[in-house]
Amino acid sequence: MPYTEATLQLLSIDGTLVESDRTAEYRALVDKLSDVQLQNFYREMVVTRRFDIESGNLQRQGQLALWVPSLGQEAAQVGSGFATRNQDTIFPSYREHAVARIRGIDPVAILSLLRGVTNGGWNPNDSKFRLYTLVLATQTLHAVGYAMGTVLDGKSGTGKPDVDEATIVYFGDGASSEGDSNEALVFAQSYQSPIVFFLQNNQYAISVPVSRQSRSPLYLRGEGFGIPSLQIDGNDVLISYAVTKVALDDARAGKGPRFIEAQTYRLGAHTTSDDPTKYREQAEEDLWKERDPISRFEKFLRAKGESDKFFAAVKAEGEDLAANVRARVLALTPPSTDVMFDHVYTDEHPVIAAQKAWLAEYEASYGGSR
Amino acid sequence: MSESLSMAKAINLGLQRAMRENDKVVLMGEDIGTLGGVFRVTEGLKTEFGENRVLDTPLAESGIVGTAIGLAMRGYRPVCEIQFDGFVFPAFDQIMSQLAKQTSRHQGDQSFPIVIRIPYGGHIGAVEHHQESPEAYFAHTAGLRVLSPATPNDGYHMIQQAIQSNDPVIFLEPKARYWPKGDVDINGTPAPVHQSRVVRTGTDVTVVGHGAMVAMLLDAAEVAKGEGISLEVIDLRSLSPVDYDPIIASVEKTGRLVVAQEASGNASVGSEVAATVAERAFYFLQSPVLRVSGFDVPFPPANLEGIFLPDVDRILDAVDRSRGY
Repeated sequence: MPYTEATLQLLSIDGTLVESDRTAEYRALVDKLSDVQLQNFYREMVVTRRFDIESGNLQRQGQLALWVPSLGQEAAQVGSGFATRNQDTIFPSYREHAVARIRGIDPVAILSLLRGVTNGGWNPNDSKFRLYTLVLATQTLHAVGYAMGTVLDGKSGTGKPDVDEATIVYFGDGASSEGDSNEALVFAQSYQSPIVFFLQNNQYAISVPVSRQSRSPLYLRGEGFGIPSLQIDGNDVLISYAVTKVALDDARAGKGPRFIEAQTYRLGAHTTSDDPTKYREQAEEDLWKERDPISRFEKFLRAKGESDKFFAAVKAEGEDLAANVRARVLALTPPSTDVMFDHVYTDEHPVIAAQKAWLAEYEASYGGSR
Repeated sequence: MSESLSMAKAINLGLQRAMRENDKVVLMGEDIGTLGGVFRVTEGLKTEFGENRVLDTPLAESGIVGTAIGLAMRGYRPVCEIQFDGFVFPAFDQIMSQLAKQTSRHQGDQSFPIVIRIPYGGHIGAVEHHQESPEAYFAHTAGLRVLSPATPNDGYHMIQQAIQSNDPVIFLEPKARYWPKGDVDINGTPAPVHQSRVVRTGTDVTVVGHGAMVAMLLDAAEVAKGEGISLEVIDLRSLSPVDYDPIIASVEKTGRLVVAQEASGNASVGSEVAATVAERAFYFLQSPVLRVSGFDVPFPPANLEGIFLPDVDRILDAVDRSRGY
């Protein structure tokens, strides 16, 4: 099964803290978290899940071409997302909705991508949250190149907390088989780039189980390239936060790349075009529901004395966001045809200019009746 | 100041000048640092600029282009070397699905000023994957610009223009022309990079080519002259976008066009030139536009490359056919 002897965990399924020598360093970091930070962990997980469900509904109602749920993976994403500093750059795959929210990306920007309004959606230079990348693992190389540039810029290993930067890249168990993710590990290790590889192992690449991608735990991939690597319980937001924080600190300090495999589970379908009943058993889904990242963290917070009022407020916030997102998605209008032409090239290009002019003339020839 | 240089040396000097002028220019590739590249095009640059600007990379083409994309996101202007034409395909996804589409995906928020240098083409008697002409794939792909110099002077200037471009450029260096020397105007003002150029005027038939084919066409023109036939030779220089005006003007004069290329003819750059001229200069044409290309077969064993690649005779045969209509 996914959890192995190596799996690091701070929060058990029943919401109690687990003591272990191997996690003492991480426990110390978690003990420093304020109540507000813990509340934020919970809030982001719950609100993102509500957003996720609303987006699935919007797709089913014909308002999105596709939805890519992150349901069940909230702890891996929220913990690691909150572990970043503002100067760190995040390279997502295409399912990191919680991380996007933490970086201030408007959820409607994500949905505009899935509604066919844009192929991008936000300015990654503002948020340092790069664009979603749909061809698996390609972004791992972009992330390493970016991290190589960090070194060339002299922005790692200076020891100045506000100067040193790290990069974190998200990818999955399926993407781990791609050549690009392996080349990314080679380059990162070769150039000692300040990057954290965050592999969300959600157990399936659409229908194909992780056992087809690898017969050994995926964190050993990183290890095999000589990169210090850990496997964590990805449904435990606390270990996700703490392990990622240490890894990012190491990367910023110039100690080279780090690799984290987060064991999690895609509770939903791969996308709204997928049907998981064709390839997995209900019993397995039930098992993972017991390991749900939100319910265990809620138990933890309640045991710490968090109030009903707080939980009710978060629930309300999720409902508000869902309603807000729905209204704004329905109000999205198709882009102008300029979007097709205007940024194919940065510099002037005669063919694009001619075709844009031709289209305008052609459209005008219909006198607005088309 | 004019110097007689080989194209390999001219590109080397162009790279050096671009690197001196802009410290965001970094070179990446296999064997380009300590060795100076298998064709020595980057010779001496690591010594001058150091290993942070001339990166001997791991042996992984997708890794080279993919990390160059990340460097561009930080404001660098990477110049990648792919060692041989046939080795670009491991990087194909990063070029086609990522590099070419990134600018559009980012809607103006990010430029990708990356140059990918590829030594290409035949005539060097090498083993499989070392003599190919893959330009059509790149010319077909929106978001890329594709250049191919035919002379040392163009090698020197066009590599600098490619590096100054804010768009991705596929820079195809004709291996067969790496070593012959030619005059390089070191401080001259270069022509616009996407301009095609009449390199020999003539009156009977227009012949168009790029890269190593330009020298072949000039040879053919000289032979034709002895037979009393006047060829006008045009060097495309830029394969995407193609500058058609000089070609159209020439065809309006000669009424006949032969397009020559080393690449296989099916869905090739030469096909596009032929189709465009047929569209734009139909009433000036006195005969069909003819293509002279590599056969539609994999690049053969080197013993057969002289048969596979268009030569002066095949070009002149097409000229005769063109004139025979």
